[in-house]
Amino acid sequence: MAQMTTANRLTGLQARPGLLERIDVPRRVVFLAAVSMIAIVALLMTFIAWQGIQLFVKDGVSVSEIFSPTWNPLADAGPEFGLLPFITATVCVTAVALLISTPLSVGLALFLSEVAPNWAKAVVQPSLEIFVGIPSVVWGWLGITVLVPFLADTFNGPAVISLPVVGQVFSMPGFLTGFSWLAGSLVLSIMVLPTITSVSYDAFRAVPQELRTGSLALGTTRWQMIRHLLLPSALSGVLTAVVLGMTRAAGEALAVQMVIGNSPTMPAAITQPLTTLTSQITLDMGNTVFGEPWQDALWTMSLVLLIISITSVVLVRLINKRRLAS
Amino acid sequence: MTATSGSIGRPMGPKPSLRRKSSRGSILADRAATVVLWGTGALVLLILGSIILHFALAAWGVVSPSFILSDPSETTLGGILPVLWNSIYMLVLTMLIAVPVGVLGGIYMSEYAGENVVTSAIRFAEEAISSVPSIVVGLFGLILFVDDAHWGFTALAGALALTFFNLPLMTRLSEQALRAVPQDERSASLALGATKWQTIRHVVVPLAIPGLITGVILTAGRVFGEAAVLLFTAGIGTPPHYNFTNFDLLSPVSPWSPFRPATTLSVYIYKLNSEGLGAFKNQIVDGSAAVLISTVLLFNLGARGIGHILTRRLTAS
Repeated sequence: MAQMTTANRLTGLQARPGLLERIDVPRRVVFLAAVSMIAIVALLMTFIAWQGIQLFVKDGVSVSEIFSPTWNPLADAGPEFGLLPFITATVCVTAVALLISTPLSVGLALFLSEVAPNWAKAVVQPSLEIFVGIPSVVWGWLGITVLVPFLADTFNGPAVISLPVVGQVFSMPGFLTGFSWLAGSLVLSIMVLPTITSVSYDAFRAVPQELRTGSLALGTTRWQMIRHLLLPSALSGVLTAVVLGMTRAAGEALAVQMVIGNSPTMPAAITQPLTTLTSQITLDMGNTVFGEPWQDALWTMSLVLLIISITSVVLVRLINKRRLAS
Repeated sequence: MTATSGSIGRPMGPKPSLRRKSSRGSILADRAATVVLWGTGALVLLILGSIILHFALAAWGVVSPSFILSDPSETTLGGILPVLWNSIYMLVLTMLIAVPVGVLGGIYMSEYAGENVVTSAIRFAEEAISSVPSIVVGLFGLILFVDDAHWGFTALAGALALTFFNLPLMTRLSEQALRAVPQDERSASLALGATKWQTIRHVVVPLAIPGLITGVILTAGRVFGEAAVLLFTAGIGTPPHYNFTNFDLLSPVSPWSPFRPATTLSVYIYKLNSEGLGAFKNQIVDGSAAVLISTVLLFNLGARGIGHILTRRLTAS
């Protein structure tokens, strides 16, 4: 053994690993698999951004024109590509969906994390997983066959609130067909419920058990513990959950398209039909020709959607960075 | 621990207002809160129960062996065989690409990745794809495969777009499954002289199999129901009658070929609804939705069951 070492040193033949051994092949392979996601994102952003700016570069539409409230891609006197109705509708539909869904989801997360006995957890948690698995077209179809007729039948008159002296302070037209902003928001609120619930649940579980027992030992009730200790401690996690739910709601296409009524108008009443960014893209992409300004406007809409989703990723990171820093 | 307790901002116990003994009011509030929280749990069960009941009733008399095994028809109820076949075909094709890449990526993230720029870039990409709307991923597939590569609407374009969309999920679930393997197993294997890759291959991956399978099934459930990604990549036409004895993998009409349009069950539901024609539209959509939901239920139960059985078998020894 010793002799061999000497011999090797003398002849300079110190066993060098072969090429295959020097390059850690498995490491390279798994690394490639992981970085492929970077390549996908980079390609996706490049392609969507390139297509998205064609409306300005090739068709000569100015950036300020897309913030006009008029969408009329076929007008003879000069088509108008105002994207404001879609952007506002996306914001409004998403906002109402979150208003409905957030209290419900956070309540459900609290139930699962603080209140539910094991048997209840064992029933509710798998149910939520099934919720996640129900395809969006099925939600849309449920919206059309159950929710939309219900809204149209139940609230078909205008809603008016009048005060004795001041007179009418609020009025809202009733549902015409049931296809509406509210129908879209309701469908979305159920679709984002599992997302917000599971992320907030994780946030509540991450609060150390000692804090709970400490609080309860001081004589607080469970609800006081939840309100004054658990919710503040898990606030950043709950915020993350809401942002993730928002991203999902703003990006959902088919279910919304099926129930929202597809009317490119500025949102005014919760009973009126609207069109969101996603639903307009879904509806028009197949009817337009590649390279015409109308389709370029659709690509610009998808660029707007991409910007919204990347912003929310950054937002989530900022929220969590603050949590780690504080 | 420090991070969480620090963020409360009141390190010395609860608010001053809470130092009093619980009054009658706070006990009532606590009772009310408990009732409300139980109510949310009950509401979820109620909604799910009514959805399942709704589709069970709607599909009654529609879903039958002949509904599943015959071609769509203009004049009679017909069936969903070609679109159901396409859903399964797309699922298998997508998983053939997504599972290897996702599991290998998960191995990198769990076993190799250090705290560096590349790792955080991968994490950012993972989060970014997860948050990009599915319709945008579909449009990306449209421009990349259908238009620029001149493939037209093909099953392969759809499967690749679905892979893009589900790769982060598959990678993250694999990473979680692998990370759940105790560190001692790795140390023991390395101490016996195994290389890192031998350890991963013969110790870590086998122990993570239950988690990996759960990940595969959960991803599969999502792939099976997805429609927005496929509208503009795999096509939305009514499929022709499929000749299942045509095994020509390059033919544009063979049901086995990836180079043909492939309308799936979810896309078919969307198409029927948006075209809004046909006397049997509602029955067909109800039946198709019932088939989709049952499949998703099966996937979920399967993921649980298989994960459970394998965990018991592998850990009992």
